[in-house]
Amino acid sequence: MSTAAPTHEHGHDHEHHGPAPGLSRWILTTNHKDIGTLYLLFSLLMFFIGGAMALVIRAELFQPGLQIVDPHFFNQMTTMHALVMIFGAVMPAFVGLANWLIPIMIGAPDMALPRMNNWSFWIMPFAFTLLLSTLFTAGGGPAGGWTLYPPLVLQTGEAFPFVILAVHMMGASSIMGAINIVATILNLRAPTMTLMKMPLFVWTWLITAFLLVAVMPVLAGAVTMLLTDKYFGTSFFNAAGGGDPVMFQHIFWFFGHPEVYIMILPAFGVISMIIPTFARKPLFGYASMVYATASIAFLSFIVWAHHMFTVGMPLAGELFFMYATMLIAVPTGVKVFNWVSTMWRGSMTFETPMLFAIAFVILFTIGGFSGLMLAIAPADFQYHDTYFVVAHFHYVLVPGAVFSIMAAAYYWLPKWTGHMYNEKLGQWHFWLSVVGINVLFFPQHFLGLAGMPRRIPDYALQFTEFNMISTVGAFIFGISQLLFAYNVIQTIRGGAKATDQVWEGAKGLEWTLSSPPPYHTFQTAPRVD
Amino acid sequence: MAISRIAQGGVVALGSALWGWSTGAYAEYELNMPQGVTSISKDVYDLHMLIFWICVAIGIGVFGVMFWSIYHHRKSRGAVAAQFHESTVIEIIWTIIPMAILIAMAVPATGTLVRMADARDAELTIKVTGYQWRWQYDYLDQGVSFFSTLSTPQAQIRNTASKGEHYLLEVDNPLVVPVGKKVRILTTAADVIHSWWVPDLGWKKDAIPGFINEAWTQIDKPGIYRGQCAELCGRDHGFMPVVVKAVSPEEFEQWLVQMKAQANPQTAQNKPVSLSATVPGGQTL
Repeated sequence: MSTAAPTHEHGHDHEHHGPAPGLSRWILTTNHKDIGTLYLLFSLLMFFIGGAMALVIRAELFQPGLQIVDPHFFNQMTTMHALVMIFGAVMPAFVGLANWLIPIMIGAPDMALPRMNNWSFWIMPFAFTLLLSTLFTAGGGPAGGWTLYPPLVLQTGEAFPFVILAVHMMGASSIMGAINIVATILNLRAPTMTLMKMPLFVWTWLITAFLLVAVMPVLAGAVTMLLTDKYFGTSFFNAAGGGDPVMFQHIFWFFGHPEVYIMILPAFGVISMIIPTFARKPLFGYASMVYATASIAFLSFIVWAHHMFTVGMPLAGELFFMYATMLIAVPTGVKVFNWVSTMWRGSMTFETPMLFAIAFVILFTIGGFSGLMLAIAPADFQYHDTYFVVAHFHYVLVPGAVFSIMAAAYYWLPKWTGHMYNEKLGQWHFWLSVVGINVLFFPQHFLGLAGMPRRIPDYALQFTEFNMISTVGAFIFGISQLLFAYNVIQTIRGGAKATDQVWEGAKGLEWTLSSPPPYHTFQTAPRVD
Repeated sequence: MAISRIAQGGVVALGSALWGWSTGAYAEYELNMPQGVTSISKDVYDLHMLIFWICVAIGIGVFGVMFWSIYHHRKSRGAVAAQFHESTVIEIIWTIIPMAILIAMAVPATGTLVRMADARDAELTIKVTGYQWRWQYDYLDQGVSFFSTLSTPQAQIRNTASKGEHYLLEVDNPLVVPVGKKVRILTTAADVIHSWWVPDLGWKKDAIPGFINEAWTQIDKPGIYRGQCAELCGRDHGFMPVVVKAVSPEEFEQWLVQMKAQANPQTAQNKPVSLSATVPGGQTL
């Protein structure tokens, strides 16, 4: 049809094709910018819901003794907090960034599969409504931890099948989002945008999308087996029926470890975009960044059992998983060295995105150090399932993944909205966040080393001081996120006009567009030199 | 400016934390892993400290370069950006050096792991079974078996009574073991997965229904060592502590006699238990 249509009419068509009016714009949209916005706002909402659950946990742990919640509800909070933050906040935020940015970074007119894009977003609100509603069912929501280990998870009440269905829906959404990203990057690049010219954010998302396609079906399989074990008389994980409860852990972590990198590789991409801009200097070691990302992705498939050092694997298995896990430090180190070298002899300024990026490099690296410690299997026999682990993964996920998302929001918000955000408020948000997060999570290292297990609602008296400090940090961090939400909303509503370039040192196709960009961009492929 | 200030603050905080720890200024709480009371737990502690100091050294190097750069290479100081963006030599160097450090860490870690896996020649075997929410201890060759349950009163948990010194880390019947003897510990569970952990022994081992996991310990010093279930096991996961009482071999023998008398009053006066007679019974437990 398009070949038959006269060129004049074709061009005419586009000039008048803007967003649909009213609510139907958002429900029916196939536009990558609208869908990106929906994903980002959804993840912001989930960030606050998951954060409120974290504050319930921290409030209960402020003092020894049971004060605020019942232990069973406490377990529901730890389980839901993790599921909401992982599947509802971090992952959708990165998919939102991918939707907004990948097409305008590679010179594509939209995502390759725009209708599926709409569907993959609109599954999410239903999945999370379902998941959160289980808190109100008889017996409460899931309370066996987000890792859903049997046999414990099979003790879940009426919530169980709804939780499994919600996980399936989230998985389906992620798989569709990932397929869309792969299809877009491989097919819709501007002809001159060769693979090794792609911005690093696009590269990291390409690799992440392959990880997602590979492992989300594994999770789907694992939870389906749980479902049949509970309702259809199978014994996949039931020892009494000849099954194997440890097999679930192997399958789960075969998904779960790549999942960890699904949440951090796009963050690496974001940071690799922001540091060069504010250092006014090209990214150091672009090619090695790409290879390091690919190496990390490969290694993520062969290290899963380091989450299971205490289940009683054979010695050979423990040695293999210890060595393989330690290897990840090499490509990760390359990345950190490259970021520092990018800053070296640059001409730096410290706007909010750069502050978050620098904090990311430092605090993510601290999380990496504790990760290296956890890789040492004999020491892990002590660290495993303690607050040391809690501190470790929160360091890589909060000042890691979440800070990168905030850096990205501040960095591209002027491009998306056409308005500058309030810099002073941004700086306040940054400093409160960075102080809050360290007061919150640093003492948890001490708690874990001193012997406090994870996921307990009450604790022995020697853990009191650091738990109190940690809770104070949690409330500082949690409340300061309201500044972020306020700043984002104010920027969407108005503010100083942003230039097209926005940042002095910004390079890349997205900065050649107007701020905000027109509803449809790159109808004709741009040239990249 | 602000960043270097926070860095200074961080260094001061870290320094004072280390000072407090080294001088034992805080008797109430611990900052670090316990060295424990077995040769294995000391090896584990040494590994932990080795890798910790390696991480500190790398951190000082990397963050030092970064902060130097943040201070000197800023636009407000008139820095002009260089345009270099790769160096194959440097990139090869910073791939090889971390590899070497990792190998240096893997060697002692492997040695310790191999020693921990070797549970042969134990003089005493105890089966530990996890239940929601208590532990059962079976002395397989001695025919002694009992449950070990949290003894902290509910009133303390509900904040209606003041909390005792060993709040949540006390049980009615502790596990009693002799010092200086290699004790094999078999873990399993009757309902969901639990994990048996005493930090002073240097390890934890999951207790999994349908599995029997093996570990061992040899405690050097008499004393009471406390730990907890480490794997989420439901509502009262936080309320199933592990208490191990290490006593001299003579005291242990007395305790065994006493336990057998309690369990089976009629036969308590019988001849000393022979190993060969009880082993088959132990195996079928």
